[in-house]
Formats: sequence, structure tokens, C-alpha cells
Amino acid sequence: MSTDAARVKEGSPHRGALRSLSRFSWRQPGLKTLGQISLPVAAFVFVYVAALVALLIQGFWTTDSFTGKVIHSWNLDNFREIANAPYPTIILRTLLIASAVTITCMLLAFPYAYFLVRVAGRRLRIALLVATVLPLWVSYLVRVYSWRLILNPDGALNYFLNHLGLPNQNIAYTNWAMWLVFTYIWFPFMVLPVYAALERVPYSLMEASADLGGHGFTTLRRVILPLAIPGLAAGSIFTFSLTLGDYIAPSLVGGPGSSLIGTVVFENLGLANNAPFAAAFAMVPLGIMAVYLALMKRLGAFENL
Amino acid sequence: MERAGTRIGLWSWAILIFLFLWIPIAIMGVYAFNSSNIQSWPIPGFTTKWFSEAWNDQEVRDALWLSLRAGLFATGLALVLGSLASFGLARARFFGRDSISFLFILPIALPGIITGLALNSFFVIWGVSFSLWTIVIGHATFCVVVVYNNVIARLRRTSGSFFEASADLGATGFQTFRHVTLPIIGTAFVAGALLAFALSWDEIVVTYFTAGAQNTLPLLIFGFIRQGTNLPIVNAIALVVIVVSLIPVALAQRLTSDPGAGRG
Repeated sequence: MSTDAARVKEGSPHRGALRSLSRFSWRQPGLKTLGQISLPVAAFVFVYVAALVALLIQGFWTTDSFTGKVIHSWNLDNFREIANAPYPTIILRTLLIASAVTITCMLLAFPYAYFLVRVAGRRLRIALLVATVLPLWVSYLVRVYSWRLILNPDGALNYFLNHLGLPNQNIAYTNWAMWLVFTYIWFPFMVLPVYAALERVPYSLMEASADLGGHGFTTLRRVILPLAIPGLAAGSIFTFSLTLGDYIAPSLVGGPGSSLIGTVVFENLGLANNAPFAAAFAMVPLGIMAVYLALMKRLGAFENL
Repeated sequence: MERAGTRIGLWSWAILIFLFLWIPIAIMGVYAFNSSNIQSWPIPGFTTKWFSEAWNDQEVRDALWLSLRAGLFATGLALVLGSLASFGLARARFFGRDSISFLFILPIALPGIITGLALNSFFVIWGVSFSLWTIVIGHATFCVVVVYNNVIARLRRTSGSFFEASADLGATGFQTFRHVTLPIIGTAFVAGALLAFALSWDEIVVTYFTAGAQNTLPLLIFGFIRQGTNLPIVNAIALVVIVVSLIPVALAQRLTSDPGAGRG
């Protein structure tokens, strides 16, 4: 003990410098914070934000159709091109599928989350929550691919349908397949915020509703559902945004008429070698998301993320 | 309490959802052992030959090696940036704090294709040629937020009096960090690292735009699936990818849930 104390008292000059630095950072929490965040903030600003700016700038450039080289002359051609066929159809299709997927995820997730909160015991609840989240960590590509195998004309779906005496389904490589696969992949993103929102509904509110004569359905509609809306809105941010930017599912389970916004960006960067147009087109989901986020913020989604 | 009918309905719903979530993954697992190279159901017989075939394929090995290196470096970078950011923001209150935390969340809030294309434009404009490091930067953008979220959640649950007590007892900031902060955040730190690695390991959307002509494992199998070639190998690799991403996540889950479970 005494030797320790002595060591602290004497202190090597190096130790003293450390001590004064730590004293300084304790007295100047602002500078300490600045020291801690400057590196990550700089990294994000100079790479990530700069990259987003680069994306925006690239959208105003053009590609020489003969040499395939990017020409750095500023114009709005790419943005005008977005208004030409087939792009409006593709944007509309993406919006429709993203909405359908979002609504389906909500319908599937609400009773499930309700079950987790109100019916399942503690251990089952934890086990099911883990079982719901784990697929998110299973390669997204592999999960899309598994549906390609399942929906194949001689895949598992038709095998089981035939065994039940039902006719074959041929939804492989259609928009229906994309709807199903997107719903499958993004579903966990909807469950978590809805679960979090429902978990916060106090039991006493439901009792109060019952005491006041509210039947089960009335309580659901007028007490539980309004309190779950922020959770549903938070979940919808993921299901909507992720569908807007996806190109893997359309290319693996979609068909010839299944191009989405993501597909256009993907193909213009890769096959068509028109990076400026890809960049301009990427502004479409960005703009849609900005509007969507503003709407969802009004529903209280951000408190439930 | 819900009526019996409602309860039965909810139970069946939960079971159906569970099956919906896991049957496709199970089917993928079965196909990995498919003895035929025609992908139909049911599979005619079991074999493990595709695993050794995949392992002996040089292209697969190169992709595996690239995926592992990218995952490790991206995780390392994410640990440094993510934990610094969470230390800085956990207790601080200042103007612009929310914008800064929004900045770190942005890469997962925006569709991956935007992050990918933006980084692609950035690299092309600055004349950076695609390499392991462009992949690492691409992955680090969304790995940082995983570490950040894990560490900041732990720091927020920890009472500030621990750090004050340590200072009162004469510890320097570094001693406090070593003997107080590190034991408290240790498991959150490791969990964040495991999750970051799992994210990087099977990422494809951003990787496609930052890899150039290189192939990570997911990019390689994406190419195979699109061309319709080597499908038996794809199935075997798919199972390996599933298992390799589930192990770190299961570990991370244990690390973060155990101490908190009892305390609610």
C-alpha cells in the first residue's frame, strides 16, 4: 500500500503528464468530447458525406455514348431522361410493391407482436424474438436465393401444393414473387418496433377500456392500435426504404417485367456503363425517402426506431 | 385476459410466422446436400461432395479469403470509429449532437444502393482504384453504427457515478478507462464487433459498387446464380455462409442479453 501511495505521490514525469491531461479532460468535458468525436465525424464527413455529394454531382454529368467516357459538362439531361418511358412505370411499380410489402408486413407483424407481448411467457418471448431477428443476419442473398429454389416450377412449393391436392402455382419470376420475397426478408424489421410499441402499452389501459365497457375489438381499435401506430410507422421506414433500393430480389426472383428503381441503377452502373444516369436516378429513391421520412416523423416513428 | 378463441388464433399465427421465417432457411440447408445437380424438390439423395468441391475451387477460396479480410478490417475500423463516437456522444449535450448521431445512422437509414453508388462515384472521381480497401471503407460505413449502437446503449445504462467515484478515489482518466469503463463496456464492445463482422461477411448491395472486378463470397455466388452455373456449389457455400454468420450473432446475443436479462 505505502509503496503504491509513494509511487503515485512522486510520479514519473510521464505519469504526471498523463495525470494533468486526464485532469484537464475532466475539467473540460467539451474538449474531451471534441477529441473523441472528431475522428469519427471527420471520417464520415470526408468520406460518406463527400461521397453523397459526389453522387449528386455525378448526376449532372453525362456519358459520351460513343466512347463511354464520363464528360464533366453540367446539364440536366439525366434528370429529364427520368421522365421518359420506361422510367415512370418503373418508379410506379417500385412504389406499389414497396407499399404492398409494407402493408403486408404490418398485417403479419401486428398479431405476432401482440402474441409476443400479451400471450407468450417470458422464455418463449425471448426465444421467438431471437428466432425473428436471427434471419436478418443470415445472408440476405442466400434468403432470396432460397425462395428462387422454393418457387421454381419443380420446387418445394408446388411439391407441397400437389400433396395437398392443389394445383401448381407459377409465381416464380413475377411481381408476386417479389412481393412475397420482400415481405419475407423485411418482416423482422417490422416486428421489432411494433413489439417495442406494444410492450409499452400499460395493462391498466386495457383494463380501463374493459371497465368502461369496451369489448375486445373496441379496445384493440381505440386503445391498442393508436398506441401501436408509431411502431408500425417506424417499421414501415425499413420495409419501404429497403424495397426502394433493392436490386438483388428483382434480379433473382423477378421476371422480365419486374425492373425496380434499384434494377435501373444497378444496370446503368454495370451493363450500360452510364454512371451519371445511375447517379441521377438514385436521387429518385432519395427524394421519395425524404418525403416518406417527413411523413413518418409526424406519426412519431422516430421515437420507436 | 384474451378470450380462449383469440388466444388459439394468436398461437396459430405465431407458429405460422415462425415456420414462414425458418422453412426457407431449412430448405436451403437441405439443398446443400443435394446429390443431383438439378435443383428440384424433393432432392433425390444426400451427399457432402459439394462442400469439398467448393473448398477445392480456387475461385471460391480467393473469394472466401477476400471476404474474411474485408470483414476483419472493416470490423477493426468500425470498432475504433464506433466506440470513439459513442464515448463522445453518450453523455455530452451540445448543439448539433443529434445531427452527429444521425450522421452515423445514415448509412443504414438510406437504401444500400445509395451508399454503394455514392462511394462508387467518390472513388471514381478521386481516381481511387478498387481494392480490398475500397470494400473495407464501404463496409465500415454501416459497421460503425452497429458498434456505436451497442456501446452507447451500454454506456447509457451505466450510472455516471461509477466514473465520478473512480475520479474521487484518485484515478486518472486512463485508469478509470482501464479499470471501470472497459469492464463495463467489454461485452458490448465484443458483441458490436461480432455483429459488425456478421454484417460485413454477407453484405452484397454496397460491396457490388465498391469491389470493382474482385469477388467476395456473396458476389461470387450472386454471379453464379445469375449465370445459372455451379449451382450445387452455390448451395453448399450458402449453408456455410448461413452458419458462419449465425455463430458470431448467437455469441453476441449471449454477451449482450445475459447481464441485462435479470435486471430487466
